[in-house]
Amino acid sequence: MRPVYMITGGITKFAKAHPEMDFRLMVKEAFDYALNDLPGLTRDMIDGSVCSYFSDHFTRQLKAGAMVQDYLGLCPKPSRRIEGGGATGGLCFQAAWEAVASGRMEVCLAMGFETMSRVNTWKGNEFIALASDTNFDYPVGGFYTGYYAMMVRRHMFEFGTTVEQMAKVAVKNHRNALHNPYAQSPAELTIADVRSSPMVATPLTIRDCCQMSDGAAVAVLASEEAAARLGGQAVRITGVGSGTDAMRMADRPHGGVILLPHESSVDYTGLKYPGVHSFRAGRMAAKLAYEMAGIGNPREELDFVELHDAYTSSEIQTCEDLGLCRYGEGGSFIDGGHSFLPNIDYGLSFPAFSPTARNHIPVNPSGGLLACGHPVGATGLMQAVFAFWQLQETIAKHLGDSTLQIPDARRGLIHSHAGTGTYITVSILERV
Amino acid sequence: MNKNAKLPETEEGSVLFNVEPIIVKHHYEIDYLHSYAQDSPFFAGLTKGTLLGSRCTGCGYTYATPRGHCMECGTRTEWHPLPLEGRVHTYTTCHFGGEAFLKETPFTLVLVEFDGVDTLFLSRLVGAEPEEVAVGMPVRARFRRNCTFKPTDVYFVPA
Repeated sequence: MRPVYMITGGITKFAKAHPEMDFRLMVKEAFDYALNDLPGLTRDMIDGSVCSYFSDHFTRQLKAGAMVQDYLGLCPKPSRRIEGGGATGGLCFQAAWEAVASGRMEVCLAMGFETMSRVNTWKGNEFIALASDTNFDYPVGGFYTGYYAMMVRRHMFEFGTTVEQMAKVAVKNHRNALHNPYAQSPAELTIADVRSSPMVATPLTIRDCCQMSDGAAVAVLASEEAAARLGGQAVRITGVGSGTDAMRMADRPHGGVILLPHESSVDYTGLKYPGVHSFRAGRMAAKLAYEMAGIGNPREELDFVELHDAYTSSEIQTCEDLGLCRYGEGGSFIDGGHSFLPNIDYGLSFPAFSPTARNHIPVNPSGGLLACGHPVGATGLMQAVFAFWQLQETIAKHLGDSTLQIPDARRGLIHSHAGTGTYITVSILERV
Repeated sequence: MNKNAKLPETEEGSVLFNVEPIIVKHHYEIDYLHSYAQDSPFFAGLTKGTLLGSRCTGCGYTYATPRGHCMECGTRTEWHPLPLEGRVHTYTTCHFGGEAFLKETPFTLVLVEFDGVDTLFLSRLVGAEPEEVAVGMPVRARFRRNCTFKPTDVYFVPA
């Protein structure tokens, strides 16, 4: 395999509804943004594409990817669809990486979208729940917020995690998004606001959950030679990993923890893993990506993380899977302030914390899914674009506001997640 | 050849929501003929008041939710009657849901654990207020008299 670089990217604003644009035009808008941002790149230099979108039910159009390909003027070049639930975007990013790493393409476009506004929220919840076992799970009252509520209820039982800790994730991500004009629902929230919002599935309120969105995102990946030839400020993809787990969370084993290099089995004596409280696929994805990138201690060696916070609870769980803290410490990790940006006032205090490069790891500086929105097929690529801009130090240029720029960011992680943790991807991006 | 050929006019029209851009209502409905295939005995079991899990004939791993082949070793499983009493492993009360279940809200979902069984079973809990449910609470299976051949033919109540 040869080195792969991300050379440009673009996104549309994520919104509750974009009735003025169909999925083709949304992708075109993100694609044009990416082309304009790298003047050396023209359409004819792109060897092919991979296209991510989750649900044919939302689009009411089969083979929608073919329509995007022709709309962008990329026919007759190769293209195919990538689909894997909520991880669709992350899987698409890695499929583009594979196309370039293998030598099949010099320049590959990863493009994704979702148009979720075409049905009401309750029908959308039904479509999403069809991505759970339709014999045994969906008919019982299939509802993803309900599944995640059961998972975090067990996390609370095992580790003492609290609803206030979950609310702090919502406070952090929504306030970060006040500085991100692409975000769907930036807000200045307090813990009390989150807890007094309408209950969706106990203990998760509507502010603990991401919203449905319309939006698109693209990332262009290239070989080292092509990246050098096209100019701009390329970012290297130094690690990719992915993992899986049983579709039905009822089937998850209760065994031993998959350890990262900086962990030891004595950290987890008596812990039955993953159960329904942890995401084994996320740990597997992280382990593979860290091995490829040569990362021994992720909290010390990463400068930021953009992870799949479809729920506040899943950010807490995912920080553990990624090894930013130990399993069981996700709640105290958010309490400690380690994942907040030091230059934003969240209305929270972290008296015991003074950020240093080693102990400070901003999580979801963009606002994450909770505040940016979650147009499923675009989400994982949106994370790649924000990570790319962080590593280029071009956040101020693209967002018109430098608040979210992490100074001297050199290495970032993006994490994309499907189902109740059935497919998960982790990719590592580094400044060169 | 008929140069005056015409498509027949209809009075069907469209439900129009907006004109800039034009937003029209499309109806979309499908009937499936779904086979439970190798999982069929589980649903037949519910009609007789039994709860069938799976037991691996190779490694002995037991599943509360049936599967025809073992996830641990790949060997075929055999049907394995489950106890009708278990405990709440985790729970939630849903105040919203997918469209099909909205009219049933609020409802309580539980993952049930059984002694001697390696995995869990997703079901509804009735007969307990949301604040009365707790991890570890003993529960008992009950069965619908009029079967629907869905996993909700079994549900749980406080034991």
